Amino acid sequence: MEKQLLYSESHEWVKWINESEAFVGLSEYAASQLGDIVYVNIDADEVSLKDVLGDIESVKAVSDFYSPLEGTVVEVNQEIIDNPALINEDSENTWICKIANVTNNVKLLSKEEYDAFIKEQ
Amino acid sequence: MLKKTSLYDEHVSLNGKMVEFANFILPIQYTSIVNEHMAVRENVGVFDVSHMGEILIEGDKAISFVNYLVCTNIALIKPTRIKYSMLLDDNGAIIDDLLIYCLSETKLLLVVNASNKEKDYKWIVDHQKDGVVISDKSDYYSQIAIQGPKSKALLEKIVDLSLLPTKYYTFKESVKILDHEVLVSKTGYTGEEGYEIYGDGASIKDIFNHLIKLEATPCGLGARDTLRLEAGMPLYGHEMDGTTTPLDTSLEYFCKLDKEDFIGKDKLEDKGLTRVGLENLDKGIIRDKMEVYYNDSLIGYTTSGTFLPYLKGSYAMAIINKNYSMANTIVDVKIRNRLVKAKIVNLPFYKRKKVGG
Repeated sequence: MEKQLLYSESHEWVKWINESEAFVGLSEYAASQLGDIVYVNIDADEVSLKDVLGDIESVKAVSDFYSPLEGTVVEVNQEIIDNPALINEDSENTWICKIANVTNNVKLLSKEEYDAFIKEQ
Repeated sequence: MLKKTSLYDEHVSLNGKMVEFANFILPIQYTSIVNEHMAVRENVGVFDVSHMGEILIEGDKAISFVNYLVCTNIALIKPTRIKYSMLLDDNGAIIDDLLIYCLSETKLLLVVNASNKEKDYKWIVDHQKDGVVISDKSDYYSQIAIQGPKSKALLEKIVDLSLLPTKYYTFKESVKILDHEVLVSKTGYTGEEGYEIYGDGASIKDIFNHLIKLEATPCGLGARDTLRLEAGMPLYGHEMDGTTTPLDTSLEYFCKLDKEDFIGKDKLEDKGLTRVGLENLDKGIIRDKMEVYYNDSLIGYTTSGTFLPYLKGSYAMAIINKNYSMANTIVDVKIRNRLVKAKIVNLPFYKRKKVGG
């Protein structure tokens, strides 16, 4: 099982806890594109691939936060609800939600592959 | 073809995140909109506002000519004074809002929005009369804004304070800063004490670099927008546009219906609209162009909205039916597909505390 962060092409990261559970966060690239994050709302429960988990709002814009996994949202990180700026400070060590009962995932990229992907954007 | 301002290289070396704005390439932020916003509220920030347009009107009848084009009364304007006003079209709708600098009894400098400059210039030229000479000086002038409670203390390090204007909405010409001669006005778009400096590109670049070395925070367009919104100031394209009259957007104070004739005057009528502030009482961020409801009736639309960094909350301005505009009225705003409760509050959201005299 991959212990490193893996990335989706819609800029979430996935960190596996075991085969059926993972933390999901926002890539540093996406966080810096959004700028100051001021509000996060995760209201999804059962999600299929690419379903909207919730909203991430920065001063500049609102952005959908998509699920890279099929499963059940079992926990939302209360720290980022209370202080969304934590995502800007250290996005790759700040998980947003935990998804369990994972049965499927979108194509996930390694750090190197993701870096190459965003260069093309 | 996008235009670069004379400070383009500075923005890049300061890691500005460059974006397209009104045909210019300008920084939206350097580090963070929130940090830059707070620097202006608590300390001092400097903005490149060279994209603003400058149109010079010269002639013996310059003042009466401009007075016919704008809705305020500038008949008695005096050198060193500045007036805020608007150009209206034949229907009374706003073509642009602008500042009028009285350089002399025969010379006025109009400072207009970058996005409207070509339209304004054509409108003014199309109405040219009385032998006035109209010229677009936008390519000559660069401009920076120094804003914040420490703006005077900062400028004191590079200019003799006695040379600076002291009253709000006044200016001085030929102010010597470092080795440059520039125009300095006591104006701004942030709700803080501050100055705006106009000069040639090389002078403004040198002054900007000195201010950055003196640790003024460089601020981008993002903070400029959040600061003006927190201060309740209207922005063309949001609180006003080619379908809005000054009366629709609560700028009637700037419409002098008792002055001699001006373009659009006979079409100004109360349509029952007003501009209000909204404070979001629910989750989420209210943005522009969202529907505002009272019970189930649509009463208007938001015109600007975001998270305001100093007040630390979601606030918006909206143009709504006057009948529902009392402060503390609770309305619903449609954020994407859900309704949130918001309270009507007085503008501005933020007003600086005046220190001393």
